[in-house]
Amino acid sequence: MNTVLVVLGGMIGAPARYLVDRALAARFSSRLPLGTLTVNIVGSAVLGALIGAGAGGWLLSAAGAGFCGALTTFSTFGYETVRLLADGAYGIAAGYVAISVAAGLGVAYAAASGIGRLAA
Amino acid sequence: MSAPARVPPLDPALLAAISVGGGLGALLRHSIGLWWPAGAGQLPWSTLVVNATGCFAMGVLMTLLLRERLTHRLARPFLGVGFLGGYTTFSTYSVEIRTLLESGAVLEALGYLGGTLVAALAGVVLGAGAARRVTAR
Repeated sequence: MNTVLVVLGGMIGAPARYLVDRALAARFSSRLPLGTLTVNIVGSAVLGALIGAGAGGWLLSAAGAGFCGALTTFSTFGYETVRLLADGAYGIAAGYVAISVAAGLGVAYAAASGIGRLAA
Repeated sequence: MSAPARVPPLDPALLAAISVGGGLGALLRHSIGLWWPAGAGQLPWSTLVVNATGCFAMGVLMTLLLRERLTHRLARPFLGVGFLGGYTTFSTYSVEIRTLLESGAVLEALGYLGGTLVAALAGVVLGAGAARRVTAR
């Protein structure tokens, strides 16, 4: 059952990532991959909240491993970073990595403790 | 990207390809995680390997696409955005760093943080290089 939920969550998370990327690309021009950055931060926050709320079993499978896992991506992030480096945009590449990691970790923390305080 | 992209209308087949790919990628990642669980305070090896191999595969895929060895219009949505995007994860990475820090495993946390980044970037480069060599005229 958990397996089915992971697949279903993944089937929603991946297109969500695509739609966010499309929407941002249509509105903003930037060398910084805003779409990937956004989904990676949002996904980290959602998963942080789930963990902080003590979610387990089916909810963690569907929403965590499934949805957040598919909403976020490391392969696109990695490829985009390498492309930026190959194009000589070292500063942007470094900034992209730094912001992604710092913000991802930061919101994961904030969401986990924020939810914890709400539930207390 | 130097100007906002003019987006074509939403293609249902494309969305379906992304969706199915994403589900399968998530399934593979989840299965590997069940098969190779991380103990408390230990480095989350399965996530690291998943992200590294996913980046390698992305390097291969993008090179094949750029070199027009793969031309099906659903190839990139299904394999790239869908499967590899669903397979690899950033959210799990973030939360796992936090978990390591919370349990006091600071060195492991930093090692995992940096190690994943190095493995990911190296993966892309190695994958692209391998695909370049294989498709060399």
